[in-house]
Amino acid sequence: MLKYLMAGIAFGIILVKAELVSWFRIQEMFRLQSFHLYGIIGSAVLTGMISIWIIKKFGIRTISGEKINIPDKKFNKGNIYGGLIFGLGWALTGACPGPLLAQAGGGATVIAVTLLSAVAGTWVYGRFREQLPH
Amino acid sequence: MEQLSAMLRQPWPWYVAGPLIGLNVPLLLIIGNKTFGISSSLRHVCAACMPARIPFFNYNWKQEKWNLVFALGILLGGFIAMEFLRDSTAVTVHPHLVNELAGYGIHDYSSLIPKDLFTWSQLLTPRGLIMMVGGGFLVGFGTRYAGGCTSGHAIMGLSSLQWPSLVATCCFMVGGFIMANLILPIILSI
Repeated sequence: MLKYLMAGIAFGIILVKAELVSWFRIQEMFRLQSFHLYGIIGSAVLTGMISIWIIKKFGIRTISGEKINIPDKKFNKGNIYGGLIFGLGWALTGACPGPLLAQAGGGATVIAVTLLSAVAGTWVYGRFREQLPH
Repeated sequence: MEQLSAMLRQPWPWYVAGPLIGLNVPLLLIIGNKTFGISSSLRHVCAACMPARIPFFNYNWKQEKWNLVFALGILLGGFIAMEFLRDSTAVTVHPHLVNELAGYGIHDYSSLIPKDLFTWSQLLTPRGLIMMVGGGFLVGFGTRYAGGCTSGHAIMGLSSLQWPSLVATCCFMVGGFIMANLILPIILSI
């Protein structure tokens, strides 16, 4: 479990130092006033793609020797409706779930309320899942 | 050493931060066959604390404990970065945005998170309530409905060429543009 803690710590530091946790930077992104976040997301995806290509090409296994397995995501209408709803929340809070955690840890204690509310949102989704279009 | 410390303290440019974030994808796959994603941790919290006989929350969340540990790590990472790698200069923001926000009484750029909006005293104002409580709810509800967030869909999903993730990512952006340009101005002027 320690390895996941270390990976999380490194990720949290990157989120803060890249200013991905900044409400201001998110506002700039959605007003097309800065390239910064587009550059980050674009180069992150490119790095991820090349890594997965290398893993597949050379049949790289996990440290314990397992075959690496990436489950397929199946499309449903939730990708659209949920995506739009999350987008609204992203621009409002200026943070997606990772940055919310880093903000709360970084001393913006009030963000714990936002996180709790996000847990509540997840719960409400789970409760009414059957009634929602998918 | 001095120089290295100064470099670490400055905001990191996108071409450093982006690839480092992307490396989380192979890192998690190689250390434990895990797919990068954060919003699922919110579901595990529900499953652990309040499953309430809802089928969506009745699964063995303990098997997904790594995800909660990873989330805890992000929290600690935020603490370490703010405490030890802090950059004392103000956030520099596009002048058009500075002008726009000044119109809503937002002037404080000393923190990455605007002190005029996200504080305990703001929480009890209608504006603060909508932004923090309402915003958080939309993030939690929306990510689960969409089946992932920026990490799970935009980074992990696009990296592994999954087209549903491309659809979700485009919708995240559309929602963000609508909020930032059409709805947020109304909320900020409350």
